[in-house]
Amino acid sequence: MPEINVPSSIKDLEQVQSVRTPIKMEYTFTPGVAAQTYLREFANKRILGTISPVDGAVLVPPRGSDPRYGALCEEFVEMPHTGHIGSFCVTNVPIPGRDLELPYISAWIFLDGADVGFLNLVAECPPEECRIGMRVEAVWKPDDEIGMTAENILYWRPTGEPDLPFEEAGVRGWHVRRGEGSDA
Amino acid sequence: MRKVAIVSAASRQEEKMLDNEVEMMVPLISEVREETGLDQTEIGFTCSGSSDFLAGQAFSFVMTLDAVGPVPPISESHVEMDGAWALYETWVKFQMGVIDTALVYSYGKPSPGSLQDVLSTQLDPYYVAPLWPDAHSITALQARHLLEKGEISTEELADCAVRAGTVENKEQYFDQPTLADPLRQADCPTYADGGVAMILAAEGKAEELCEKPAWITGIDHRIDSHHFGVRDLSTIPSAKKAAEKAGLYKAEIDLAEIHTAYTVHDVLLRKELNLPLNPAKSSKNHPIKAETLMASGLLRIAEAARAIWNEEANRTLAHATSGPLMQQNLMCVLSGEKE
Repeated sequence: MPEINVPSSIKDLEQVQSVRTPIKMEYTFTPGVAAQTYLREFANKRILGTISPVDGAVLVPPRGSDPRYGALCEEFVEMPHTGHIGSFCVTNVPIPGRDLELPYISAWIFLDGADVGFLNLVAECPPEECRIGMRVEAVWKPDDEIGMTAENILYWRPTGEPDLPFEEAGVRGWHVRRGEGSDA
Repeated sequence: MRKVAIVSAASRQEEKMLDNEVEMMVPLISEVREETGLDQTEIGFTCSGSSDFLAGQAFSFVMTLDAVGPVPPISESHVEMDGAWALYETWVKFQMGVIDTALVYSYGKPSPGSLQDVLSTQLDPYYVAPLWPDAHSITALQARHLLEKGEISTEELADCAVRAGTVENKEQYFDQPTLADPLRQADCPTYADGGVAMILAAEGKAEELCEKPAWITGIDHRIDSHHFGVRDLSTIPSAKKAAEKAGLYKAEIDLAEIHTAYTVHDVLLRKELNLPLNPAKSSKNHPIKAETLMASGLLRIAEAARAIWNEEANRTLAHATSGPLMQQNLMCVLSGEKE
């Protein structure tokens, strides 16, 4: 470190180690046409997906485009409230900002007819009984608490129906349904 | 130098867009790919420019790749700068000889946030940014300096406002109250959401994709100090240097598309570059009327190319600026001839 010369009057002061300059900016998020349509219908307890104009893949939740091809998705389709677990994770350690009771299960839920999964919680199921391919259904918040938010579905619970074979569950199902190796 | 041309461009600007960034960019990117007949797998390199501070989201440009379609995986890069710099990076990639075609795009959607606040965050974080000076006021400081020094006059600002179309005539200009003294509303930009996409191609390929490619005969960018205090705000050395290096003065130009969001910057830059004030040689859509942070510069390049495609001009200048008070400047000279 080169020697720094300061006036003698401040020579004995403690050196500044860091400076805080807080910055706050506010945004009014623009969800876009797809997310807006999805959230409006989600508030009516309806789950919408979009259909890829390229190969007909059903994408849930809609993001406006088929991200694989950069193609605008303008056709919506209503999805059932049932699906299966494509993959899952059991969380055993507390995470700041999440006051869920431990352990809890996060899962990649594939709605029936959807070609992609989306993230949600699974409950009413002990972690050791959770498995890939397990059939689940949505448990919604009480009607008067539902709004235009991703939080409308409290969690997914097992239906007790027979599992999907492992080979057909989750993204593996994509290859099964297309009958060939897909890039997706 | 390898010869590179702009062969297709598409753009959109609106004061407030309800589409998100992906929905805004898909039609533009699709349009340039369709016009050239290239699909994404035939494009050697994709480069974009945008700002997380506008989106209010970290790595927001990754989301926007949903508008490109990176499957199968693509070669891609991004700059947190105006898209004109994404074009520069792409041009360098062409010079390396590793690509023959490229997609360049940029976009800005300031409407969800406060652009004045966003612009403050680009300033020196210790001494200036915590004071949150707004962009209009900083430009007004520069304008005052130039006026007092006698480098520019209010008459020139009024003329520029008329030329840009922010007022119909000079009387209207002088009737306006000052917004950030000495600047009036007519001196300051109207912000817009928008984006631009373009396809570039190297000699040999460009002629196949476009009837009259707009050849990049020179491109250069330079930067002035980040600190206002050490800059002489009555001159723009980086712009002058970049113009000289880009070969602006090698021959006459028919059109100058300059990225000046304030009248005072327009007047100053034209003086610095010795550009003609003839309205016929100015852009029809002045950035003062629709300034889209991160896209306006690339949009100027697209407009300069369009003039060549439409045979309205044969040699054009496109300028892009970034940073406070035209701190960074890029000059791109385009020509209908390979030169």
